[in-house]
Amino acid sequence: MADFETPAFKPYPEIPPIEIGVMAHSKPYVAKPDIQEKVGFPGELIDNWKQVAIDKMGELVDNSRALRVFLDSCVKCGACTDKCHYYLGTSDPNNMPVARQDLFRSVYRRYYTVAGKYFPSLVGARDLGQEVLDEWYSYFHQCSQCRRCSVYCPYGIDTAEISMAAREILDCVGVGQKYCNEIIGKAQTIGNNLGLPEPALANTLEGLEEDIEEETGVTVRLPLDQKGADILLITPSADFFAEPHVDGLIGYAKVFHQAGLSWTISSYASEAANFGMFIGSYENMQVLARRIREAALELGVKRIVFGECGHAWRVAYNFLDTLAGPFDFLDPAYPMPQHICEVTYDLLQRNALKMDRSANDDMVLTLHDSCNIARASRMGNFEGGQFVIPREVIKASCNHFVDMPADTIREATFCCGGGGGLLTDDLVELRVKGSLPRMEALQQVVNDHEVTHMAAICAICKSQFSKILPYYGFEMDQVVSIHQLVSNAIQLGGEH
Amino acid sequence: MTIELNGTSYETDEEGYLINLSDWNDQLATEMARVDGATLDDNHWEVINFLRNYYEEYQIAPAVRVLTKAVGKKLGKDKGTSKYLYELFPYGPAKQACKYAGLPKPTGCV
Repeated sequence: MADFETPAFKPYPEIPPIEIGVMAHSKPYVAKPDIQEKVGFPGELIDNWKQVAIDKMGELVDNSRALRVFLDSCVKCGACTDKCHYYLGTSDPNNMPVARQDLFRSVYRRYYTVAGKYFPSLVGARDLGQEVLDEWYSYFHQCSQCRRCSVYCPYGIDTAEISMAAREILDCVGVGQKYCNEIIGKAQTIGNNLGLPEPALANTLEGLEEDIEEETGVTVRLPLDQKGADILLITPSADFFAEPHVDGLIGYAKVFHQAGLSWTISSYASEAANFGMFIGSYENMQVLARRIREAALELGVKRIVFGECGHAWRVAYNFLDTLAGPFDFLDPAYPMPQHICEVTYDLLQRNALKMDRSANDDMVLTLHDSCNIARASRMGNFEGGQFVIPREVIKASCNHFVDMPADTIREATFCCGGGGGLLTDDLVELRVKGSLPRMEALQQVVNDHEVTHMAAICAICKSQFSKILPYYGFEMDQVVSIHQLVSNAIQLGGEH
Repeated sequence: MTIELNGTSYETDEEGYLINLSDWNDQLATEMARVDGATLDDNHWEVINFLRNYYEEYQIAPAVRVLTKAVGKKLGKDKGTSKYLYELFPYGPAKQACKYAGLPKPTGCV
């Protein structure tokens, strides 16, 4: 499949000895000028890049107290060193969170601390040069911004923030990543990451309605651009395109149908994902968020519900109001935004859905918590809701559920290996190696509890696992959507 | 990057997808497959032709489910599955088949 070796499972997970520079070759394709310019960045490396980069760094630390504290407060305790899936999977010491931070911190010290200005070699400060820039491009694209390291850091240093800042500086001097920036451009012009225009979306949704009717005998609609609907569903465009994502979308449609809720998808804001976050670009994040507000106003909806997408939920839950608010035109009786799992969970709590758990008896399930849901947001109105609610929805849909080992789930969850804008074929070696900790945890419950399938709550996780499961001897269809399980179990018809 | 065929150079992106969609022809598809170590038979062509027709109408490759349904209708229900499509295009029907059909690579969380 490719010219690298898939890491072997060990009898129990262990911390690998370091192998300096083994992943130095890993870097994603650089965006061409047309892609860069479309999203507001210089087309290629600018002449005065060094000064622009240093100035940008100053602006970022001035604007973000958090970033400055993260850069100033590391005491090199080492608690993070074995917490990154990319280190565990690659053995490259630059993938230890502290070392990754230091790639950035060393430059910050040189230009923005007194000690670094006068005694650089004493405080690990270094000049910004081409070599440093190249190193940044490689290793800040080996961080999926999953924030697992920050859970274990006694100071709460968040490497994701540093990685976003580094990528933003790279973009500002003209060195952007093709995968992310091409997608951001598409979403800003066509409305979604795929570049799926309205007629194709309409055709796809009609096809799904036919499929549901054929399978269940019940007419379940997937409305598009329906003015006056109560709910606007914002879901990752992968839900329209890929498997098992689309089975989740069918699940959402069945839940809305059975609960008698009026809803619609928007062709203008047909994307939940917001890759602006991955590249640390507030402006780009805002452009995408504003489309959601515009669509909600145009369609006259009362509620906004998000589908299964990890970082979209982080952006929506934490920043949507700041980026594109106010959303005071929505019905205040409902959370803004609301997650589809919260909608289904509420209905289940009220016995408003009839579920036949035996419909999923051919599976023994586990759940992969997505980083951005687990560590960067919440669900429901109680602490830990983001862990409990998806599990309760799954348990209401099946008879056989077991969790993976405790240090690999909930707030300690391991990234799928493809998050944070790294879900691209040019990084497949990194993606395969970075998924090792998750795959080992999965293997353990396969061995101990005969688990057959792993549910995921994020479009990136689903695509990543479909691709990398076969590298570890699993089948690609062993990953399923949460609402695919709901879809199988929900009983349609009867009283609403 | 370029693909050379019969004395003409065709421009592609880093991953071998054609830059100018109008450059496409049957021979070029066969050549792109050959470079990947694959041979295109009638079943591959059914998929490639469907992709091209769909693209012409909708300016995007079809969703996997749309494709499996169409293949199932044409070649029999047992072939209307993503498993069958992955047998034909092991690197993924959406990506590999799009490349041979001269269409842009699907982007996003797919």
